Amino acid sequence: MSRKLLLEHINVPGINTLEVYRQKGGYRAVEKAIKTLTPDEVVEEVKKSGLRGRGGAGFPTGMKWSFLAKPEGVARYLVCNADESEPGTFKDRYLMTYIPHALIEGMIVSSFALGANTSYIYVRGEMMPQIRILEKAIAEAKAAGFLGKNILGSGYDLELYVQPGGGAYICGEETALLESLEGKRGNPRIKPPFPAIAGLYGCPTVVNNVESIAAVVPIINDGGDEYAKIGVGRSTGTKLISASGNLVKPGVYEIELGLPVEEFIYSDEYCGGIANGKRLKATVAGGSSVPILPANLTLKYANGEPRLMSYESLAEGGFATGTMLGSGGFIAFDEDQCIVRNTWNFSRFYHHESCGQCSPCREGTGWLEKVLHRLEYGHGKMSDIDLLVDVSRKIEGNTICPLGDAAAWPVASAVRHFRDEFEWHVKEPVKCLSSNYGLANYAVPIEKQAVAEEK
Amino acid sequence: MDNLVKVTIDGITVEVAPGTSILNAARQIGGDIVPPAMCYYSKLEGSGGKCRTCIVKVSKGSEKDPRPMPKLVASCRTTVMDGMEVQNITSPEVLEARSGVVEMLLINHPLDCPVCDQAGECDLQNLGYEHGLQKTRYEFERRTFDRIDIGDKIQLHMNRCILCYRCVFTADQITDKRVHGILNRGDHSEISTYIQAAVDNDFSGNVIDVCPVGALTDRTFRFKNRVWFTKPVDAHRNCDHEKCTGKVTLWYKGADVLRVTARKDQFGEVESFICNTCRFDKKATSDWVIEQPTHVSDTSVISSNHYETFKPLPVIKENLALQEANKVELEKTEKF
Amino acid sequence: MLKVEEQQPVAFSSTLLASFDEIVMRYPVGKQKSALLPLLHLVQAEFGWTSVPAMDKVAEYLAIEPIEVYEVASFYSMYFLQPKGKYVLEVCRTGPCCLVGAEKIMSHIEGKLGVKEGEVTEDGLFSWRGVECLAACGYAPVLQIGPEYTFYENLTEQSVDELIDNLRKK
Repeated sequence: MSRKLLLEHINVPGINTLEVYRQKGGYRAVEKAIKTLTPDEVVEEVKKSGLRGRGGAGFPTGMKWSFLAKPEGVARYLVCNADESEPGTFKDRYLMTYIPHALIEGMIVSSFALGANTSYIYVRGEMMPQIRILEKAIAEAKAAGFLGKNILGSGYDLELYVQPGGGAYICGEETALLESLEGKRGNPRIKPPFPAIAGLYGCPTVVNNVESIAAVVPIINDGGDEYAKIGVGRSTGTKLISASGNLVKPGVYEIELGLPVEEFIYSDEYCGGIANGKRLKATVAGGSSVPILPANLTLKYANGEPRLMSYESLAEGGFATGTMLGSGGFIAFDEDQCIVRNTWNFSRFYHHESCGQCSPCREGTGWLEKVLHRLEYGHGKMSDIDLLVDVSRKIEGNTICPLGDAAAWPVASAVRHFRDEFEWHVKEPVKCLSSNYGLANYAVPIEKQAVAEEK
Repeated sequence: MDNLVKVTIDGITVEVAPGTSILNAARQIGGDIVPPAMCYYSKLEGSGGKCRTCIVKVSKGSEKDPRPMPKLVASCRTTVMDGMEVQNITSPEVLEARSGVVEMLLINHPLDCPVCDQAGECDLQNLGYEHGLQKTRYEFERRTFDRIDIGDKIQLHMNRCILCYRCVFTADQITDKRVHGILNRGDHSEISTYIQAAVDNDFSGNVIDVCPVGALTDRTFRFKNRVWFTKPVDAHRNCDHEKCTGKVTLWYKGADVLRVTARKDQFGEVESFICNTCRFDKKATSDWVIEQPTHVSDTSVISSNHYETFKPLPVIKENLALQEANKVELEKTEKF
Repeated sequence: MLKVEEQQPVAFSSTLLASFDEIVMRYPVGKQKSALLPLLHLVQAEFGWTSVPAMDKVAEYLAIEPIEVYEVASFYSMYFLQPKGKYVLEVCRTGPCCLVGAEKIMSHIEGKLGVKEGEVTEDGLFSWRGVECLAACGYAPVLQIGPEYTFYENLTEQSVDELIDNLRKK
């Protein structure tokens, strides 16, 4: 069993209440931070921990905090990004549903470290049940003196509010989120200035993912150095992985970074293999935006070494043969899944979610979707395949925010690794409507037994 | 201004005030190296960054930190640093990306230039001419909207819109009250009032001038003439509106003023905003003090029909100052 | 473009206005526009959709221009700009859900309710539509029903039938 820092007590009955959460050691981090540490010392611990942003970009959290401008007399804000919308990712929802106080506690410690007296948790609007859970937890924490004026007699004040979104994937982008929190359309801002200088209401602001903020709690409890011992290389600590698709046991798993991908998919501690005795065809390892990989490259590098669940290892091989950890949304495709159909589906998602502010993304995402739709339904041409690559290249890197890249990468990688399946859709326009291509030529099937014996 | 910063664009070095954008630094140099700008408007705060046509490559960040920037950047919203080196037309990467952006701008554009009042003075037309492809690769139905009149003076032709947001900024910053905005999301976004409402206030007509394409046009000029058949003349009047300078361009056909616009500089931006009275209601020569023929760039289609076969306007025949100003052209005409 | 005449005037109850007041307190003075999204959710929960007169009232309450409300309401996918059924079944139609049968669930709902996506059943009770990822991929296929946004997970054709029948009986 690997170490669990966030989900250790997730199955304890009543852990969603302050009482049980405290019995299990909750709010120790608040007491420790506010009573014994200075804000800068908290930042220092987080820096030492090597914690990297869990929302997708993987930017070191401690460093992000140290960029925060601190002009005299100007309010600072901490905003928690709980606008979890990346297809394949549902870890934040899980955390907020079952152990909301972990987030509240992390928010208090983090706000203290940053000197914020008002903090917001921006939750996507569809998660109304989670909003109610968080509001109840905040009320409990406030009644217990962990929030409000003069917390634990320290003189530190903090108000924490939950803000619902309105249904827009783009608000997961931090500047779009701030726009939305200001009551505007979720159009990402043009950077610079970065939120650390001018964020919410023009004030210095830090935006962090739910999981990053929750991870601050064990970091303060055990110390940054302890946290950094877990994991591999620059991928320190534990990570929540949302596993979905054709798996025996989909769900949220907390792993120590550095776990072999093969073990994650096939061991009974985690996903338990591919459902219905089928074989693995491909995976999307970090949420829909990251490049899709065929099974063989998911489990091993091009040189045959095993691939691990870490920021660096998943990216090994670059775009040619690698992918990214992203937000940890692990989607598995079995042999019966159609890559063209799935690529079209993701493309429709980005088309639907593009904010429409800058031209390459606004026009390009729709174009990609239409071409993919045509291919999927047997009306495509061979030249469409290269057109997809060209259009995605013209979107990538030319947009205001990363949504353009996120829309381009799945398409480009699907064509890169599964070109023969796209070509089959052109050559077999009738057959492709009723049957699937099956495993790609190069997706070497891997037997479940072989893995089980090794263990 | 002391402490000027030095920036090199396509090998040409210029010293500019700190805080200047790459685009504005390039405009100080002038000529071919100025990136095209479809959404940025120097007189509208917050504009720019959206259309992506002005993207350039920063091959050296600054003297202090010489690393190149990882991606192409929007020159209108990127501030110059001392020692920065920028590539615009000298970078094949930039030109390719720009042609990609132009292609994106055009896939849903109706390309109805033959019936568009903006033709001849359209930024998108120029951009397409310079960077566009010969043939579209887009084989799907184009997005369409109904044409609507927003008020009795302005027509909104949403099909042509490139969503530069300039008209929204104009309404926010120049007029008293904004009643139109961007509705919906993604490629369904549209400029609209949502409910049937007239865009009606003293300065609303300026949205026509800031529109880079033919999405917002002057209903009083609709289908009256092609711009290259009209002759622009600078004029002014003592406008009693406190915010209006009364400095305009009159567009003549024969002795008739067909339309009135604000005066535009070499980058297509208005020199000063004008009120609706000047724009829509003063269409007699007697309302105005004529100054001189408007300078039109040689490369513009508007100039091609003008000065080569210069037919002096009736007003010029009556006005000595104008005759003096047009001396060279008048001499040419006499030669023909 | 809408015609204003078609819209019925609305009145906000004192309870609703009281919750508006409570929400506006969360933001710094002068930043009351931040309350726009939460307020629109409350309006939609009360009236079933966000009509023009309701949005105008919200604008008036927040001291902003009506167009600022329209811009926001039309940007976000959760706000209904047209009346919908009492229960709107929103089925996730994104990748991971489709891997395990979301498309089947949607066509089943279409057959069961007898209306196309976005339409309202004759009795005014139901609408359905496909929505993008609901962040519940591990429990796919999923659907949600407003205004409480209760999630229904691991859907099967039978469980959808039961759900609809139970709602009918309510």
